[in-house]
Amino acid sequence: MIHVIAFYLFAVLTIASGAVTILARNPVHSVLWLILAFFNAAGLMVLTGAEFIAMLLVIVYVGAVAVLFLFVVMMLDIDFASLRAGFVRYFPFGALVAIVLLAEIVLGIGAYRAGALELGSPDGTAATPAGASNIEAVGGLLYSRYLFLFEAAGIVLLVAMIGAIVLTHRQRTDTRGQNIRKQNMRRPGDATVNVKPEVGKGVQL
Amino acid sequence: MDWSHSLRLIAPEETLSIAGLILLLLAAWGGDKASRLISILAVAALVGATALVAPALCGGAMGADTSAFFGQFRADAFSSYAKILIYLSAAVTLVVAPAFFERTAAMRAEFPVLIVFAALGSGMMVSASDLLTLYVGLEMNSLAAYVLAAFVRTDGRSAEAGLKYFVLGALASGILLFGMSLTYGFTGTTSFDGINAALAGGLSNGAVFGIVFMLAGLAFKISAVPFHMWTPDVYEGAPTPVTTFFATSGKVAAVGLTMRVLLDAFGDQAAAWRQIIVFIALASIIVGALGAIGQKNIKRLMAYSSINNVGFILVGLATANVQGASAMLFYMALYVAMSLGGFVAILMLKDEAGRPVEDIQSLGGLSRTRPGLALALAIVMFSLAGIPPLFGFWGKFLVFQAAVEADLMALAFIGFAASVIGAFYYLKVVKIIYFDEPVNAVTGESDVWHKAILVVTCLIMSPLGYLLTRWLSGLTDTAATALFFTS
Repeated sequence: MIHVIAFYLFAVLTIASGAVTILARNPVHSVLWLILAFFNAAGLMVLTGAEFIAMLLVIVYVGAVAVLFLFVVMMLDIDFASLRAGFVRYFPFGALVAIVLLAEIVLGIGAYRAGALELGSPDGTAATPAGASNIEAVGGLLYSRYLFLFEAAGIVLLVAMIGAIVLTHRQRTDTRGQNIRKQNMRRPGDATVNVKPEVGKGVQL
Repeated sequence: MDWSHSLRLIAPEETLSIAGLILLLLAAWGGDKASRLISILAVAALVGATALVAPALCGGAMGADTSAFFGQFRADAFSSYAKILIYLSAAVTLVVAPAFFERTAAMRAEFPVLIVFAALGSGMMVSASDLLTLYVGLEMNSLAAYVLAAFVRTDGRSAEAGLKYFVLGALASGILLFGMSLTYGFTGTTSFDGINAALAGGLSNGAVFGIVFMLAGLAFKISAVPFHMWTPDVYEGAPTPVTTFFATSGKVAAVGLTMRVLLDAFGDQAAAWRQIIVFIALASIIVGALGAIGQKNIKRLMAYSSINNVGFILVGLATANVQGASAMLFYMALYVAMSLGGFVAILMLKDEAGRPVEDIQSLGGLSRTRPGLALALAIVMFSLAGIPPLFGFWGKFLVFQAAVEADLMALAFIGFAASVIGAFYYLKVVKIIYFDEPVNAVTGESDVWHKAILVVTCLIMSPLGYLLTRWLSGLTDTAATALFFTS
């Protein structure tokens, strides 16, 4: 029973916060709703017994979203003073969200303790090998059965990296860089010149 | 599963990825000065990979022996045929590119490296026999393609093309992934054979949704109507050698992938997707033909022409039989030759300072100032229009013949009528070249490589090309049989 309640709670909140992500007018709010959606998706993963993927969702996506958040804050002209203004007014709503999240954690842990949710019957390829943890099972597949795709995905990332460098890196000619070797090779004799200008002629360099 | 057997089957992919990595190191150390050397080595690697895949086509490889890595990858005669087209057109792109980038000094050492990786991804697409291979190959190809489209950073149009392609491509990938996840959810497997077996009992509604979403994503990649809107902008904005690459190698990969998915994974469900393909094919033919009429830029015209031609290729897919697939493959080889010829001719249209001339009106009276180039353009246009003595006619004839024999009379008839509309804008270009007053806009000299490639492709398109018919249809029949063998 607790499984079903937890599942529907997570599922409804995932979809609802996904919808609000699109509907929110303020980009910062969008990003926060997106984080909520990811947390709930991670909760669903925990329910099905895929703890590793749940942690991956939280670490990778919430981490990535935090970076995205920084970009949004840097690039958009948002008046944070006006955002902070309604703290007291929005406090009840904030508290409600906090309570929902707390309830989710309690329910999630309870459901997890009660054993994984049975979603259909895993066949030979989808079932976790007996006695292996999630990470071991994923790693085992990644480096054996899916080795070819794993390597290919590495090349995809390499292409992305080359692309980013090609499109953004350029040699600038209008700035002066420091050439340490040239500096070290320089002798005091080359750097300073003694001149004896005649009176009234000025200095010729 | 035998690892050494699998590793032998992916020898062309290994060659290309190792070559790409070595060239990347050369590019990092040599800088842009080394780009000529890197281009030459990349062409050598692509030709070498072609030589490695050719035996599978000539030997007619098919069946369980060609399956590598637990059925994720298939190196049969079909994939070999598509890969030969992909690798060779990538090599031609590299041959024609330096002269184009020379004027603006926009050639970078990374260009050949990206082309090699894009060709590698395209090769994986046509060899995919698993949804995961499909997606990884597609992304490898697309990521490189986005960067290539935006390659000339000083040109605003190029940057716009890259950005547009990237945003819309990411959307299409999302739709495709959604379809793939639905398919996986309703069949419980990602392998094409497994999907085929799981759907043998009939299609559930969810699986139909999966097919529709996957088709939408794939239709974007082959630039078929109604997912074609990016094509003219990207083809116009991207540097011309890159456009050549998209229109040849990218197109073959995407069409090959679509054939794999529909004829292999969903091969027994042809009734479910045939009407979609018929609609997409007719819409592409008609929109491609009508959209091209108002174009003033020759690269945009070629983009609409490519939409139009994809429609004709898809007519063969609607038949869902060996004859149709063979006709598609034949048409694709011809289309690659015609696109290469067409875009190389466009590359040769430049003014005294070497700036590209893309306005169609500036071609007026080209026959009097540059008779050779004018003749080549006329051959390309007549061949794309499918006017009988030229070889382009035979490709159209084969797909329509396949459609008629599969009892798709309406499709064949409407397609045939629309190809007459299409002939109008091709003929308009020929009329401007031959009968308008000379404008004298095209005065620049061309690279010898451009001329050589133009002569070769024109010979293929000319009536002399019919000498190839027997040999080429033998190859396409083998490849099409291999595609249907496992399903």
